[in-house]
Amino acid sequence: MTTPLRSLFDFNGGVKPDYHKDASTRLSIGVLSAPTEVPTELVIPLHQSIGGTPRPIVAVGEQVKKGQRIGDADGDVSSAVHASTSGTVSAIEMRRMPHPSGLSSLCVVLETDGRDEWIACQAFDHKLATPQEIRDYLRDCGVVGLGGAVFPTHLKLNADRQGGIETLIINGAECEPYITCDDMLMRERANDIVRGVVLMREILGAKQVRIGIEDNKPEAIAAMQVAVGDCGDDLQVVVVPTRYPAGGAKQLIRVITGIEVPHGKRSIDYDVQCFNVATALAIYEAIGLGRPLISRIVTVAGNVDAPRNFDVLIGTPIKKIIAACSPLPDTNRLIMGGPMMGVEMPGDEVPVVKATNCILLGSNKIFPPPAPEMPCIRCGECALACPADLQPLELYWFSRAKIFGKAQEYHLFDCIECGCCSYVCPSNIPLVDYYRFAKSEIWAREKEKSLADEARDRFEFRQFRDVRDEQEKSARLAARAAAAAAAKQLATTDTVAIPNTEASTEANEKAALIAAAIARAREQQVTATPQNMQQLSAEQLAEISAIEARRAEIREQAKPHLPPDA
Amino acid sequence: MAHNSPYLTKASSVQSVMLRVVLALIPGIVAYVWFFGPAVLIQLGLASFTAIAAEALVLKLRKRPIWRFVSDGSALVTAWLIALSFPPLGPWWLIVVGTLVAIIVAKHLYGGLGQNPFNPAMVAFALMIVAYPLLMSRWPNVATSINFQQACELIFGASTMDAITSATPLDTLRTALHGADASTTIQTVLAKTPRLGHGWDWIAGGYLLGGLYLLQQRIITWHLPTAFLLSMALLAGVSNQLDPAHFNGVAFELLSGGTLLAAFFIVTDPVSSCTTPRGKLIFAAGVGLMTWVIRHFGGYPDGIAFAVLLMNVAAPLIDMYTQPPVFGQKSDMKPKHD
Ligand code: SF4
Ligand code: SF4
Repeated sequence: MTTPLRSLFDFNGGVKPDYHKDASTRLSIGVLSAPTEVPTELVIPLHQSIGGTPRPIVAVGEQVKKGQRIGDADGDVSSAVHASTSGTVSAIEMRRMPHPSGLSSLCVVLETDGRDEWIACQAFDHKLATPQEIRDYLRDCGVVGLGGAVFPTHLKLNADRQGGIETLIINGAECEPYITCDDMLMRERANDIVRGVVLMREILGAKQVRIGIEDNKPEAIAAMQVAVGDCGDDLQVVVVPTRYPAGGAKQLIRVITGIEVPHGKRSIDYDVQCFNVATALAIYEAIGLGRPLISRIVTVAGNVDAPRNFDVLIGTPIKKIIAACSPLPDTNRLIMGGPMMGVEMPGDEVPVVKATNCILLGSNKIFPPPAPEMPCIRCGECALACPADLQPLELYWFSRAKIFGKAQEYHLFDCIECGCCSYVCPSNIPLVDYYRFAKSEIWAREKEKSLADEARDRFEFRQFRDVRDEQEKSARLAARAAAAAAAKQLATTDTVAIPNTEASTEANEKAALIAAAIARAREQQVTATPQNMQQLSAEQLAEISAIEARRAEIREQAKPHLPPDA
Repeated sequence: MAHNSPYLTKASSVQSVMLRVVLALIPGIVAYVWFFGPAVLIQLGLASFTAIAAEALVLKLRKRPIWRFVSDGSALVTAWLIALSFPPLGPWWLIVVGTLVAIIVAKHLYGGLGQNPFNPAMVAFALMIVAYPLLMSRWPNVATSINFQQACELIFGASTMDAITSATPLDTLRTALHGADASTTIQTVLAKTPRLGHGWDWIAGGYLLGGLYLLQQRIITWHLPTAFLLSMALLAGVSNQLDPAHFNGVAFELLSGGTLLAAFFIVTDPVSSCTTPRGKLIFAAGVGLMTWVIRHFGGYPDGIAFAVLLMNVAAPLIDMYTQPPVFGQKSDMKPKHD
């Protein structure tokens, strides 16, 4: 806190919905108490981060301890998973995921033994380790971004960089309504968070550290300020104005540093790196205590009698924690995440995963069904609210009319699906649904196109081969005939060289033809790569596959929105 | 019906937007009645009734949910704008036909709410002034007070109105200046009719008040009215400086005719004008420029309707070329490491 407070920057757009954060912050972070609330079965999905699906390294029937690795990262863009408590592996099978598609994914099912017995934990000395060793260690501890994006942290916590980075930003903004898990974590575990931040700073060699917290969390701000004061390092708590989506990484970077990281670029290109407060805590637990990531704080809010935050073991069926909060009988939906960007879960048996920051129960009372959709009156409210500075009304028009090329020209893929436009629209148009629909259609078309291009290339090559064989054959025949003629002529004249020259000209032509065809095929291959998939990060690729899964469903949902004459 | 995030929505609706626009017109209407008598109220009633009936009929023919769209209030806004820009003592059928044209042709033939490329009220005004130039330019004299009964008689055709009507101040000036007598100047006209423009300034003030309310409610942004009024003021100021005998000063230009009504209620029609910030500035400045040109060099008493319609044609193009830069592309900020 020794650096003087700099003025903040602003981002355009954003909205100020009702925050509903008080209710879930009245009680301290809870734990499910034994014996009734501790689940007898944990369902631990192997795929819990952006990137590759970890390979299971335990067998059915095997005894595991708390913190024991049960899934090994699949390559560098992936992250390990661990047993959240001790017990026996009862199955390795497909189970439903907390995802609106209701898709299943491979899970390690653990029968808990109630002993909660840890593996031998050993702190990690990052100062003696090489950058690669730090990366491998964090990957094997399963540390991922806990703000909701679950991007493998080791990929961002790179110690390789010459001279370190300029700014490390710790995101404690937590801008979505209802969600308070970061707020409570900062109130109750500020010291451990700060320890994690200091570790991150050392690894990254960051010149300055800013911890951004929205000004609607005075208790968290106070707690963090005390912890920062105690730690002796010059970290700075920055109080940012409360406005959704100030907690989006790009928005927070903009507010704190003034830098706008454009779509398709990474913040590190601008010498900035941003992590969530809960991730900082996970770093501390991994490096400082030698504990892998096996639990997280989850807010249970919305249509419950006793909203509260819980420290939950990964793999706990969500119905267990919902039950602890007395859900109200008129609950009609379960949302993972907040009301602005959350996704609906297919049922209450799905497990808590590393991405589960909030379980929001909905009812017709708190989230009334949308009023009938009216035509767009071009009032421009959506453009004023868009934090990505897009023109949502134009995107809507092009998406609805399926003029996807135009939609892309108007930067459809810069849309972060924050929902601000839908939130303000007086015509109640579910704008974000249209964008999701358009994006998934474009991805699908590009995929189809690249498949078709491949098929066409194969076909063209076959054609080319046939033509080539044909030409070679006729060339051979011609050469033979010419040779015969030459042999005949040889007797009378001495123009020996001529037929040979002709034959070699033909050979040259042939070679040129082949070269041209190869060049053409190459060119086609280049253009065949789908444009919007070219510069995608692993994060985005994973997102695409997730969205693809929802595609059919979204298409169905988009239908009733389309007016009859559309 | 399926419902995806966001699950929260702001309490706002097309209806509440339209009703606030209607509300914002009231101060202007009060001043109007004060100076010109209750005739305009009859026109407001006629236009409202016609607009809503026509809207309901067309919705029925188009098999659209009638109540949902009739209650959105958009037809009412169109009707009120027509009533406020048409002459208050015009015969009843003038405004009824105008309103029918606005709702049926200018709005629904183009697809209904949100789809019309032209401002419906201005389509009505332009069409009627071309078809009935005389009827459309007869306005009550400020000096003569007309009570409700007289107004009814005039509007529903029981008596002729020539005796008590006159042209609008703008029209009076234009006709005088375009007359054969080259010695006529603004000053000589004003000397003959000292109260020219009286009352209109108060009405203009009423519209300004309503406009400020719309700004405060964030229903309109500053761009459109400011650019429109500034361009008018600039042209009036410069031309008046160069030739005070033939060009009105800034105050007269802004306070007369429908300038302020246009600035806050007509140029600001979201559907048919531009939506990008720079586009709005260009659009409104264009309307201002053309209004001024038509007022001074054209054959009609006021040019706002034509100016708006002309710029309506250009609006989509202007929007296309004035897309604001998206997040991360505004500044020439270059990544430090590529
Ligand atoms: S907020 Fe809704 S009605 Fe207004 S311009 Fe945007 S999409 Fe159209
Ligand atoms: S959802 Fe997309 S278009 Fe809508 S406000 Fe957010 S970024 Fe802008």
